[in-house]
Amino acid sequence: MELESMYQEIILEHYRRPLHAGLREPFDAQVQHVNPTCGDEVTLRVTLKDADGEPVLADVSYETLGCSISQASASVMADMIIGKTVGEAMAISEEFLRLMQSRGTAEPDESVLGDAVAFEGVSKYPARIKCALLSWMAWKDATARALDERAGTAAAAGPDGDREQE
Amino acid sequence: MTAQREMTAREPAGGAQLDVDAIRADFAILGRAVRGGNHLIYLDSGATSQKPRQVLDAERDFYTTRNAAAHRGAHLLGEEATDAYEQARARIAAFLHGSPGEIIFTKSATEAVNLVAYAMSNAATSGPQAHRFAVGPGDEVLITEAEHHANLVPWQQLCERTGATLRWFGVRPDGRLNLADAGELITSRTKLVAVTHQSNVTGVVPPVAEIAAAAHAQGALVLADGAQSVPHQPVDVTRLGADFLVFSGHKMLGPSGIGVLWGRRELLEAMPPFITGGSMIEVVRMDRSTFLPPPERFEAGVPAAAQAVGLAAACDYLDALGMTSVAAHEEALTAHALDALAGISGLRILGPLDTDQRGGAVSFVLDGIHPHDVGQVLDELGIAVRTGHHCAWPLHRALGAQSSTRATFYVYNTHDEVDALADGIRQAQKFFRSESSGAA
Repeated sequence: MELESMYQEIILEHYRRPLHAGLREPFDAQVQHVNPTCGDEVTLRVTLKDADGEPVLADVSYETLGCSISQASASVMADMIIGKTVGEAMAISEEFLRLMQSRGTAEPDESVLGDAVAFEGVSKYPARIKCALLSWMAWKDATARALDERAGTAAAAGPDGDREQE
Repeated sequence: MTAQREMTAREPAGGAQLDVDAIRADFAILGRAVRGGNHLIYLDSGATSQKPRQVLDAERDFYTTRNAAAHRGAHLLGEEATDAYEQARARIAAFLHGSPGEIIFTKSATEAVNLVAYAMSNAATSGPQAHRFAVGPGDEVLITEAEHHANLVPWQQLCERTGATLRWFGVRPDGRLNLADAGELITSRTKLVAVTHQSNVTGVVPPVAEIAAAAHAQGALVLADGAQSVPHQPVDVTRLGADFLVFSGHKMLGPSGIGVLWGRRELLEAMPPFITGGSMIEVVRMDRSTFLPPPERFEAGVPAAAQAVGLAAACDYLDALGMTSVAAHEEALTAHALDALAGISGLRILGPLDTDQRGGAVSFVLDGIHPHDVGQVLDELGIAVRTGHHCAWPLHRALGAQSSTRATFYVYNTHDEVDALADGIRQAQKFFRSESSGAA
């Protein structure tokens, strides 16, 4: 049955026993993202720490209300990115986005994506791509806010050139 | 009344049984294969219905023989297109037992609700005859918790624009409206009551005539959302009680892009326009304009004539079947579905468990399995259902559900398809529950 290509055992496993689930303190930023077509929700918190001057994801905690795909995706994501630098996690997120937009034609890089390659089958179902991306989008948003927050507290240093290229 | 006699002649007492095999032959799409090579089992007509050959032919015939911009042009095609458009209006009026001057074409039921809501906020600046539509601080708009977002958000917005207060009837655990506090909610402050004529989630058919009588006694206007009732049950605007009725063509075998606002003539006469522009004006000067009477006042721009013609053909198709028969067929399918689903453990139906004052939307939640996942398994079996909150988020909250899976039935659905749905739900349970017994 085709269903197994979407609901791979790894996905069902993460759905049944999600990793890093629950909202934890302390945190630098919290966001709530909703998929308005189905009402699925994720609340996600990001905690950053400094390691050799680079921001590292000390913790990513979340609470989801949604289908197996969105719950499993949050679990896989948290497990992959906690402990990584923001730059490394962003690279994984870009690769995951590329996979999800491929409609099943991409050759996912398992060395980058780890368990997240299991979502390849989901990319063949356009209606479910948003489910898989919900927590990643929330994470990106929360991280951007957490970084802004840090930039804000360090802002005495003067204007940065971020927006000039736009 | 002639219209009523015609309806009686078309419909034998009690309604003849539908010849579903013959009906299905008119819907080519029902013969196509879907995922896994399965035959399509289409249980999502509440979102949009399929279209019979007769409707497609009518639209195609308009484009191939009479296509021109209606109500414009000094040429033969323009005249024929105008005739076709106006005949479609008359046909739809007859379907509802109304008169053609009370039928306004919109692009959808959603636009029809917005038309009334914006006409009401425009009323403040539209002269004394529009005064009865004006709302402001101290006035109230009364809706219900059972509404589709299309009959909810436009009223919230009207209240935000005007300072009026939005109030609503709650729903009971079985999805029916809690009308016990009608005396408190319907008062002299109430300017408009907007209520569904059939819930798209629970199938509940509220007592619109009763609500309308109470509203009229306080001088309020009443709008009924017929998006789920007009396609599925006989609707007679002379008995409905409401002042306005909105519905969409695409949910009743017609094309997309066409909807209807029916309104009582004297109200339409006094109501200011919503969308302005060409073909709704009488005289235009650089600093001001005057407008045509209804229905033209509310139909700015080149009208969707081919879609109106298609919708008229849908009315022909439904009347040939007989709306009493259509309703009886769906009631039988709904009773079957309620019965079949009641036998599934861990399944909760959102809405009444019997078919009394209830249409054919059967929404349900399953313990431990999200509707998206249920829908995916059903899709794998060729069964098309709706999953999510079905544009009725507050109603889901009120019924204690984050979202649900919904099956809806129409003239082409069979009892075998209802059985396939019940089997499919069991397969979904098996798929997601296997090896999950130890899950925390």
